[in-house]
Amino acid sequence: MRIGVMVCHCGNNIAATVDVEAVAAAAREFPDVVFATDHMYACSDPGQKTLEQTIRDLKLDGVVVASCSPRMHEVTFRRAVERAGLNRYMFEMANIREHVAWISLDRKRNTQKATDLVRMAVEKLRVDRPLTPKSFDVQKRVLIVGGGVAGIQAALDCADGGLDVVLVERKSSIGGVMSKLDKTFPTVDCAVCVLGPKMVDAGQNPRIALHTCSEVEEVSGYVGNFEVRIKKHSTYVDWTKCTGCGACQEKCPSRKVPDAFNENVSLTTAIGIPFPQAIPKRASINAEYCLKLTKGKCGVCEKICPTGAIAYDMQDEFITEKVGAIIAATGIDLFDHKKCGEYGAGRYPDVVTSLAYERMLSASGPTAGHIKRPSDGTEPKTVVFISCVGSRDRSLNRPYCSGFCCMYTAKQAILTRDHIPDSRAYVFYMDIRANGKGYEEFVRRAQEEYGVEYVRGRVAQVYPQDGKLIVCGADTLLGRQVEVAADLVVLAVGAEAAHGAPELAEKLRISYDAYGFFMESHPKLRPVETNTVGVFLAGACQGPKDIPASVSQASAAAGKVLALLSKDKLESDPQIALVNANRCIGCGKCERTCPFGAIRMRELRDGSQRAEVVETVCQGCGICSVTCPVRAIQLQHFTDSQLLAEVNALCRTWDETTE
Amino acid sequence: MPIPMRTSLQNLDLEAGRDLSFINAVAKESGQDLKSCYQCGNCTAGCAYTHDYDIPVHQVMRLVQLGRKDEVLSCRSIWLCATCQACTTRCPNNIEVATVMDVLRHMARAEGRAPERLVKTFADSFLSSVARHGRVFEAGLAMVFAIISGKPLQDAGLGPAMLSRGKLAFWPHEPTGNGKREVAEIFRRFHEGRPTSTAAATPAPSTQPTEENAK
Repeated sequence: MRIGVMVCHCGNNIAATVDVEAVAAAAREFPDVVFATDHMYACSDPGQKTLEQTIRDLKLDGVVVASCSPRMHEVTFRRAVERAGLNRYMFEMANIREHVAWISLDRKRNTQKATDLVRMAVEKLRVDRPLTPKSFDVQKRVLIVGGGVAGIQAALDCADGGLDVVLVERKSSIGGVMSKLDKTFPTVDCAVCVLGPKMVDAGQNPRIALHTCSEVEEVSGYVGNFEVRIKKHSTYVDWTKCTGCGACQEKCPSRKVPDAFNENVSLTTAIGIPFPQAIPKRASINAEYCLKLTKGKCGVCEKICPTGAIAYDMQDEFITEKVGAIIAATGIDLFDHKKCGEYGAGRYPDVVTSLAYERMLSASGPTAGHIKRPSDGTEPKTVVFISCVGSRDRSLNRPYCSGFCCMYTAKQAILTRDHIPDSRAYVFYMDIRANGKGYEEFVRRAQEEYGVEYVRGRVAQVYPQDGKLIVCGADTLLGRQVEVAADLVVLAVGAEAAHGAPELAEKLRISYDAYGFFMESHPKLRPVETNTVGVFLAGACQGPKDIPASVSQASAAAGKVLALLSKDKLESDPQIALVNANRCIGCGKCERTCPFGAIRMRELRDGSQRAEVVETVCQGCGICSVTCPVRAIQLQHFTDSQLLAEVNALCRTWDETTE
Repeated sequence: MPIPMRTSLQNLDLEAGRDLSFINAVAKESGQDLKSCYQCGNCTAGCAYTHDYDIPVHQVMRLVQLGRKDEVLSCRSIWLCATCQACTTRCPNNIEVATVMDVLRHMARAEGRAPERLVKTFADSFLSSVARHGRVFEAGLAMVFAIISGKPLQDAGLGPAMLSRGKLAFWPHEPTGNGKREVAEIFRRFHEGRPTSTAAATPAPSTQPTEENAK
């Protein structure tokens, strides 16, 4: 065998603390190594050209590159090796940057360790075998989890690109948080007027299958061939018959149901449609409050429904969809303001969240667009906004900035001055984060044109006195305590991951951070991909985002899915488990231990059992390999003999250096 | 009480006036991450005594971050702080602000600075009462403080009401058993100087007015 070795300087990243020339020199002495050199940047175009040329000139059978982590450039070098006519698996990478140069300044010992790693790579390469990927068919369909503005945008873009879309939404209507908003910043245009047409499109597009009141129950399979089990919660209304006329809602006698769509500012009925623009515009029953379902008597809606759509005995239903890719667009929930006891949230009715206030501002909201104090229904003349409630607060385990609160607070302050011209609006803030297009100008307008009073400081407490709420804060610019007697206090609550987000992440096998936000594959260069191939991210499920950012990311994710599914066949990774049928004793331990269900038992003609790997399902984790009592199942490219070759090389070095 | 204006409103030289060892000493003594303060002002917003302060507590924190030792240790605020802990409770960054104020007071005292002479006098009278009796003797403390402070009758009006409710006794009720000796032992060890590195920061309480607070 003829092996070539290239040791990379990576500029000064490696060369500063590793004697790369000495490593190359040492490599020349290793068995089968016919050539070894060092290079300033192995990954650069000249570096790759040198590699390819050397392979051809010296008729090499395999190559070791000692450089960075395989996560960075394994693909680069495999391609180069392939261009030079070798099998791409006749290549090994020794990580002498992250594992050596970046973790120690001891040049002598670094050089020794780098040499050891190269020796291990060479020994493994000597027993490596060429592997060939297989190709498989893909499902040209995409699942989108979450029907907020991001999910809707991604669905429309994917459908536009010719894919069939399965859109799953937990609530009874799509629209998400945006459908609850009155206006949007910095244009102050009507939120539902811009979102509505997209919702209608999503509802009518023949390529989009809408599943509302539904949740993802289970995900199996792999990129190109996911199988998704979806739970459709019972709505107790047959949606094929319901016309959305709303007669049931008018007559329902259970009228003390907290209206979740209106952030519990008002009450609603046990049956109904959450808001006028709902898509699909279908009624559903809240089983917790329905008299028929809780007490067994009533049945008014059944009598009144002109199409006979009410079905009290409806059960949850499960459906299975096959898709080639998945976009997670589960969005956010808002911080629970009741955790801020010092603001009296939850105790004083006139301390409300920003989203509840948004509902009050909305013409289709519970107060028909008139701002009223929840306690007595009067019009507030002094409204105080408190920023960063549940944001930038380590004591509440919410150290991050939610990003959009500064802007919606400015918007709500402007709207307050618009709705009630003789009102005063105060905003307590720490810093103003207004880094979008036209955002800073918008905040300045709130202060200059609308006379909103911005006070730089946090609020320590709010307490009621003579029908007012006394807001005690600080003006740090003055270095003084300040207080305002307010009629209404609006808490600018921050964002947190949607409830159930970590559970969904585990079903999708993607990572999430300490706060439940999904992890992108790379924060800069792979912002919509996840570490699970075929699963993408859109919108605020990845981190707090405003509408423009969510929509942009949704289109980006759709673009990625379209590119992925534009191919008719995908290549499978050959680094998977393989059963040696001669050794297999059919004990079935591997089948039981496989987390992906990639192993099944096959009966031979003599009635005995043998394990078999389903190539497209196997993820190459290697659990079966260590479970097998007779070493009959081996992970390709990481076989026992290949790993032992590395271990032996390491032990020999250890012998030499300790002699 | 009139609020004295801070006289040091002249230009700060951020580099020249930065006392790094002071910053480190405050961080070490208090065990607090002073850099995590982002000046939201919630400590001042909740402070019960800020109306009497010469420097509001969030600015004390800022001056510490900038290493302005002289300004911090000569301010009155650190002596007027009641250690009510409202600042600590409110801090979104989990800084024990009241502990920082406490540490600053110790440091000021160690340097012989006590612009609020009465606060220091009271603390001294309190400690000498405990040293003598093993626990504080309220009536004695009140009388000693009244005399030293030069306002012998300022709290006299409270006496009869407290006596009638059993809040004051005419005689010290000293601890039983070994209690008194153990307390005296604490004082003795303290006067000998603590063995830890913090010994230099807090010397023995002195009943003699220092140069600074005698002014």
